[in-house]
Formats: sequence, structure tokens, C-alpha cells
Amino acid sequence: MTNHWTDIGNADVILIMGSNAAENHPISFHWVTKAMEKGATLIHVDPRFTRTSAKANIYAPMRSGTDIAFLGGMVKYIVEDIEKNPQSYNLEYLKEYTNAGWLIDAKYSFSDGIFSGYDAASRAYKDKSGWQYQKDDKGIPKQDKTLSDPNCVFQLLKKHYSRYDLATVSKVTGTPESSLVKVYQSFATSGATGKAGTILYAMGTTQHTVGSQNVRAYGVIQLLLANIGIAGGGINALRGESNVQGATDHAILSHLLPGYLPVFGSTDTTLAKYNERTTPKTSDPKSGNWWKNRPKYTVSLLKAWYGDAATKDNEFGYQYLPKVQAGANYTFIALFEAMEKGTIKGLLAWGQNPAVGGPNSMAIRKALANLDWMVDMDLWETETAAFWKRPGTDPKSVKTEVFMLPAAASYEKEGSVANSGRWTQWRYKAIDPPGDAEDDLWAIVHLTDKLRALYAKEGGPNADAITKLTWDYGEHPSPHQVAKEINGYDLTTGKLVTNFVSLKDDGSTTSGNWLFSGSYNENGNMMARRDNKDNSTIGLYSNWSWSWPLNRRIIYNRASVNLEGVPFDAKRPVVKWNATDKKWSGDVIDGFGANAPTEIYPFIMLSDGVGHLFGVGGMADGPFPEHYEPWETPTTNALSGTQLNPAAKVWRPSEQGKPDKYPYVGTTYRVSEHWQAGAMTRNLPWLAELMPEMFAEIDEDLADEKGIGNGDKVVVEGARGEIKAVAIVTKRLRPLMVNGKAVHTVGLPWHYGYQGLVTGDSANILTPYIGDANTTIPEYKAFLVNIRRA
Amino acid sequence: MAEKAILFDTTKCMACRACQVACKQWNELSAETTKCEGTYENPPDLSHKTWVKINFTETERNGSPAWLFSRQACMHCTDAACVKVCPPKALSHHELGMVTYDKDLCTGCGYCVDACPFHTPRTNRNLITGIAKMEKCVMCTTPGLDRVGNGLEPACVKTCPPLALQFGDRDTLVNEGKSRVSALAAKGYSNAYLYGENELGGLHVLYVLDDSPQVYGLPVNPKISGVTVATQSVIQPAGMLLGGLTIVGLGLNFMVAREAKLAKEPGRAKKEK
Repeated sequence: MTNHWTDIGNADVILIMGSNAAENHPISFHWVTKAMEKGATLIHVDPRFTRTSAKANIYAPMRSGTDIAFLGGMVKYIVEDIEKNPQSYNLEYLKEYTNAGWLIDAKYSFSDGIFSGYDAASRAYKDKSGWQYQKDDKGIPKQDKTLSDPNCVFQLLKKHYSRYDLATVSKVTGTPESSLVKVYQSFATSGATGKAGTILYAMGTTQHTVGSQNVRAYGVIQLLLANIGIAGGGINALRGESNVQGATDHAILSHLLPGYLPVFGSTDTTLAKYNERTTPKTSDPKSGNWWKNRPKYTVSLLKAWYGDAATKDNEFGYQYLPKVQAGANYTFIALFEAMEKGTIKGLLAWGQNPAVGGPNSMAIRKALANLDWMVDMDLWETETAAFWKRPGTDPKSVKTEVFMLPAAASYEKEGSVANSGRWTQWRYKAIDPPGDAEDDLWAIVHLTDKLRALYAKEGGPNADAITKLTWDYGEHPSPHQVAKEINGYDLTTGKLVTNFVSLKDDGSTTSGNWLFSGSYNENGNMMARRDNKDNSTIGLYSNWSWSWPLNRRIIYNRASVNLEGVPFDAKRPVVKWNATDKKWSGDVIDGFGANAPTEIYPFIMLSDGVGHLFGVGGMADGPFPEHYEPWETPTTNALSGTQLNPAAKVWRPSEQGKPDKYPYVGTTYRVSEHWQAGAMTRNLPWLAELMPEMFAEIDEDLADEKGIGNGDKVVVEGARGEIKAVAIVTKRLRPLMVNGKAVHTVGLPWHYGYQGLVTGDSANILTPYIGDANTTIPEYKAFLVNIRRA
Repeated sequence: MAEKAILFDTTKCMACRACQVACKQWNELSAETTKCEGTYENPPDLSHKTWVKINFTETERNGSPAWLFSRQACMHCTDAACVKVCPPKALSHHELGMVTYDKDLCTGCGYCVDACPFHTPRTNRNLITGIAKMEKCVMCTTPGLDRVGNGLEPACVKTCPPLALQFGDRDTLVNEGKSRVSALAAKGYSNAYLYGENELGGLHVLYVLDDSPQVYGLPVNPKISGVTVATQSVIQPAGMLLGGLTIVGLGLNFMVAREAKLAKEPGRAKKEK
């Protein structure tokens, strides 16, 4: 989240899209309800009418996988309205804090769904040189603050979305035009100075072949409406697990090191080369370009990991770490394909249940059988742990040796948890785990101890990477020691650093994650703070827990004030600049505390310093979000001749379902009553009784057509398999008119499997091996199925 | 002490059912074995081990789908049929207004089950002991599990994320409910209604409704049946009177018969001589 949970209560308009917040993040509704009590409008856009829709002022149905068409229509509406009614928008923000007026290279082009620089053979944009600014002779981007130059971002944006007219958008999404207009008008009211609109999203946004661009579309809209950096605004990802924010921050991802440092690559043969490639540069004196500090964070990380073994002479241990081969993919589907091929021989499945949660579950279950060994550490024997004895499988035919390690639950261990709003809260151990169960820290420390002993004794390739590690956690590892290591030390004084501003690239400081530096310093464990008094007027609660970065509660908060430093929203000020004292007050200012708004652009994490309506350089699939159809779709793309995201990653092209055989749009989701792959809830009797069986939701027309009655057993089938479920025939789903044809949705919760108190077929047996162009997140939310009575 | 109540706001409830689980957890009630019957709603009904449940109603409003959520549990009536009808007087009013019961006194006769206009109390017979008992929500006042007596709100209220449930002094909540209903009416909900303000002498569970009670499955102007009223005020006293007279009669009969029998005994007769 750019903002945080409590801040949702500040919004005037709340757009929930790609999320069923009421069901999957019930606590969000504590704040949504508070905002509504003050008169806020709640908008819900979703293929299904859910418990969130039931509370919304405006509900708009939409075919799954057509978010960019829906949002592109909103961009067109807003851009045209800005021209017609400029007084209803914050043009100072648009002109000064976004790249609306910046000029783009003349090489940039877009034609029939393809941006300039595309290489069809490699399914990638190889040449992104056109996705850059025109620069003057000093290297500073050229601007036209009148926003009229045909090459300025605002004009390019207008041109790009001119195709997204109401009729076309309605044809693509199935949303009635009247509903589109209602949503666009309502959300656009948050563009007025002094008004706030927030967007809450979740996996309904991201789990698509265009998932990253769906989020980019939110970015474009929120920048046009001046909603980033302000109270009650922002783009707020409702994270699916209590500590998934922490997992991301600490880099449980194959392309990152802790604190969003890019992983070392095979072309980065030296630390200097890595720094050269990954440290952004700017010639613009107004760009703060915070990532210029990246080498300090990288060296401090290496010093935290390798201690005295990390010296200036050995590039601080840079060569100990493996380098990712250019073009290699180590994300979820790729890993299971490697297991299928036998390239990966062992698996630690740790608090994860891919046999239910992964796409194409049957392929995953088969891949597990190709492993030599698997260790499953969990609270229950999950479907993954029990894959070798699943229904229909002869255990004798499975050669994989499987080990089960009992884990400790959240109340049985101490440590920190980072919530969606970046608040990192310390929690304590209430009881000992049962039996032989141990906490995760104990397990990783002792496992590594064993590995270190083996490497010390037997050696091996790059043994130093393991043996030289600073690994002094002892028999009973302490989460406090780890938290301090993450915060970092000044090696000269031996004291904890105050925060990341103190980190250096000369080897004199350590930090296990620069972003969390400041969370546990000489003032104590800031994450354990529990002062619930709010000293702000906007619910920052700055002395409750600790929020990265630097306890800043609303990021990009420099954008909440005008060029004089006066808050755009007098009622809900986030920060304020005092020109006399040359000081900021309010929330922790987003960097450059001594600099006035006129001196530094507000988006300090971007090398140009302004919000990207046009995504300069970074994305894999284009500088503007463009609608493409899902990998499996019942229709053809009405917006261009390019059917699928041209940069999406395809693994099994032969496993593509076609509408003649599978005419309905399948989509997966969660319900309040169950948690993820279900182990934690299908094993609890009180939750099992609430949602006891796998079900499939369909509309009444489809039920009539297929002779399916409410509560009937049905079979849902797709290109990769079939599942059984109980039909819920509901008024809450309705056929949508897409390209002149009625399209039906089949809704499937993905919580069920063959283990636990209540069991059922896994919806993910139906979902495809296809990945988003940027992240390769699988397209769980839109695929094709057929349905019949069992 | 001021009477307490729960205020339930249908417009805020999002049917997450945390209340159902919190109730079972706090009151140590076991789970039911259920099936999916083509709805999210489960368990299908209240029972001796399900004291609160959320009902889901699918409907349409102005051509759009609507999904209404309502709460089913003891309403804690002032004019409580169950209290009136209970032969052993196991059911009674707590000093704070809610309807509680003494499980030791309950004979499981089930009169309360039939008498309740909201069909809330349920009985269950233990298959081993053969003893039947009634169970229902007591607003978290069960001795040993008494939250309210210890200054806490009931478990369902404590857990409710959107604050659709509130606990407090009944007078305050009636006023709060009234102002919410006026606000709804001002927004065009012409049937908005505060249910429980006056029903059955005043309920201790108040509902903010954005539509009429029938839409939410609640009886309009609920009444206690004549038979129930008669039970305590006429039939039970009459029964007791009749029972008393029977005992007196039997006693008299015994004494008269005994005299007669003794009179016939030879010894006695001899003595009298």
C-alpha cells in the first residue's frame, strides 16, 4: 500500500476492483464503513456480485480479464473531462508532479496493439529506446507545461485511449454503458483539489497475463486525479496473507535481494558492474533519485551476511553469491516445469501448498513425483505433503522420499509481521508449539548449521558462500538478534545504526535490509511500540508499531502539498512546508527534509522524480497499459488485432482451451470462511461447517440452459482437467453481452483439496500455465470451462 | 442498572460470519456437520450448538442484484414468551434485561421452543443420559463464561469488523438506531425501520433495517400467542390449584379411608369398647 489500512477511512470515494475486500480482507471494512459513515461513495467492479458489492453504492459487473479496457475507458473520460472542466481537477499536481507535460522520443509508436521496439521471435520488447524522454543538451527531459505538444505524455495518453470509447469498452467488458459512466463520473470526482479517492485491489487485479499493467492503469488514473501521496488516496494492494508484505520486502522472490535490490546477474561480473547497471542516474538537479544510494545498501547487505569475510578487496563477498543467468526464469511455474523435467531434484515446501494453490494442479502433483526428495514443513499434512498418497495414486509408484516437519503457528513464535500498510508489528509467543514442532527461525538456523558443517567437512562448489556466512545464532536463535541484524550496525562504534541514512558503501556499516533500517535501533525495538494515541488529524498513529521506510505512513507524501508547501487538502493535511524555518511537519517527509517543494520533485524513488503516466523504460510490455484478451478467452480483441499480451510468458501452448469446447469464463477466488489452500481452515471444525463443500457459482440463465438446479452436483471441465462441485445458482451472476454474445461466468473458490476435515476438488486443476509479462504471475482469474450436471 | 442491548445494523453487516465463529469459540459450542445446499448460508438452522447465524437473502433492488444479510439469534424480549411458558421457571430475565436460563432447572420440555415468536430456543436430548436441555444465546452471561458481567461486550460484538454489532445501554442504542434510520430515510430508504424498539415490550436486540421487517424475515408486530399468555397467568396457576386440590382431596380420602379401615379392625374395636 502507498497508504495504510486506517487511512481508508479518510477517502471520499473508494474504488474496489480486482478485490472482494469484504470477504477476503474483512478488517478493511472497518475503515471502509467509517469512510461511508462520513459520506464516502463505495464503488465495486467485479465479475461477480459479492459481499463487497452488497455494501457498495455502485456495482458494475465486468468480464474477468478486461480491467484495462474498463480502466482505459476511465482514462479517456478523465482526460476529456480535464480539458472540458479543468477547474474540477488539480492541474498543478498534474503539470508539476507527473510526466504529463514531458516530451517522449519521436521513435515511440503504437500500432495495432504493439508498441515500438517489439521482437516477435523472442516475444519481447528488445528495443525500448523509444520509451524515453526527449532531453536537452544538459540531459534534462524537455517539457511543455501547456500539455499541448503532440509528443508530450498527456497528448500521447489522450491519443492512446481515444479508442476506448464507451461503446467499445462495453463490448469488451460486458459492462453496460450506463454503469461505466456512473463509475467514471463518481471516481473522477476525487480529482478535485481537496477530494480523495483510493483504489483497493488484490489478486483479481494481478493474476492475469496483463496483471502488472492492470496495476499501472490504477497508477495512471490516480496520478491524473492527484490521488497519490494524499490522505485517503493511493493505490492500495490488500495483501493476501498476514506477512506477505514482509515476505516481499525481505525478497522471497527470485528476482530480488532484500529491500528491492535486483538480484545479481551473470553479466554483472563484478560489484562495480552490478552497481553500474542497477544504480539509476540523473542529470536533473530537481530529481532526488533516491536509488543513487543503492550501492550503500548492497554493500551493507553483503557485510551483514559475510561480516569480516566481506572486505573491500573481495568486493565485500560479492562473488560468493550466485548470479542469475540472463533470460533464466525461476518463478513459480518455471520451477515446477524444472521439476517435471527432472532438473530440480529436491524441494523444501515451507508453509506453502502448491498442490492446491498452484495453477494446473495436476501438473504440479505430477511434477512432485519426479523429485528425489521433498521436505514439507507445515502445521498440517497438506495436499502437497500427501501428494504421494492422493486419491487415485499408488504410493508404490512414487519414488520421491517425503519428510514432514511440524511447524509452529503464529501464536507459538515471536517475531515481526508486516501488514499490507507496511506497519511492521512485533508479536510475542503465547504458548509453546506442540510436540516436536519448532518455529521457522529455529528450523532455518539448524538446517544451515548442518549445511555449514557438511561444507566445512566435505567442501564443494563455492563452499565459501556457506562457510563464510555470519551465522552465529546458536542453539536457541533469537528473533531480536535477527531484527537487529536487519536494522544494521555501525561497525566503527559497534552500535545499531539509527536508520538507512547512516548506511555506507565502504564496508563500515551492515544492514540485512536497508528498508527496515530504523526498525530496531539504539532507541529500542520500534516495531514493539503500542501507543495508540494519534497525534495527527488523519489517523497516522505514528507511535504504533513501525512502518517502512523511516516510519513514514503515507509514501510520496511530498505530492500532497502545492509548490508553496501548503497541503492541497486543508482538512486532511499529511505534511506541510514551513518556508521560514525550512522545515517539514506532519508525517515523516519523503526524503530531502531541508528541501522546499520547488527544489525536489516528489517521486523520489523514480530517477526522473515525477509520477509516470507514461512508463518510461521499466515495464516489459509497454509504457501505457493496453487491453489484450486473456490466454483463454471466449472472444476476439475488439481494441486491436493483437489477441494476447505479446510479451506474456507461455509455457504449454498445446494446453489452450478454446471457446467451441469450453465456452464459459472460469474464475477463481477465496471466501471469508477459508484461507488460501485451506489447510488452516478446512482443518478447523468451526470454519469447515460454514463452507463445507467445493461449489461452482453460475447465473440462472446458464443453469436453465444446462438443466442445473441449485444444489445439484456438477462437473466443471477445462483443457487441463475436470472437477466436481455443488452448483450455487444465483441472481448475483448475470450473463454479460460481449461482442454481441452472452458470456457466462463460472465462479470457483480455490480452497479445496483431498486433505483435511472437509475436502473437495481443487479449482486450480482448471487454471493454466501462463504468466504475466513482467512477473509471470499465473492467470488464475480468467480461463475457459464448460459445465454439466454430474 | 441500565438495561443493555445489542444494536445490529443490516446496512453495515457484510456477512463475514465472524460472529458465528466467535460465539461458538467463547461459549464452547461444537461444530455441526453440514453440506453445501446451494447457498453460502450454513449451518442451515439454529440449534443447541448454533446460537447465532447470519441469513443470506438474494433479491433485486431497482433491477440490480441485492444480497441482504440478517442476524438470527435470541432477541431477548421484555415480554418474553419463553419466560412465561417455562414450567420450572428455568428461563428468566437477567437484571440487565436479557433472557437467561438455569440449565439445572430446565427439563427440556420444549414449551419455549414452540412459544417463541422468533423460533430461537432449541432443545437437544443427550442420547446416553436421556436428559433433554434447551439452549440459546444468553448475550454472553453464562456463569463462568460471563463476559457482560465482567465489563466486556458479547463475543459476537467484540469480533465484528465493520462494527455492524454494537453493545451498550439500551436507551442509548435506541437513540443511535433512530438516528441511523432517519439518515436512511433521508437517503431514500422509505421503509427504513428500527426493529425492536417497541416490539414485545422492547427487544434487547435492535435492528437497523433499510427495508421493512418482512424483507429481512422478521415478524411484523410479533405477538405472544394466547395459549402462551394463558400458560403462566391462567393455566399454570389453575393447574397448580387443581394439583393442590387433588393432593388435598387424596389426603382427605386417605384419612377417611384409613379411619374406615381401622374401624373395621378387631383390636381397634375392642379397645374402643
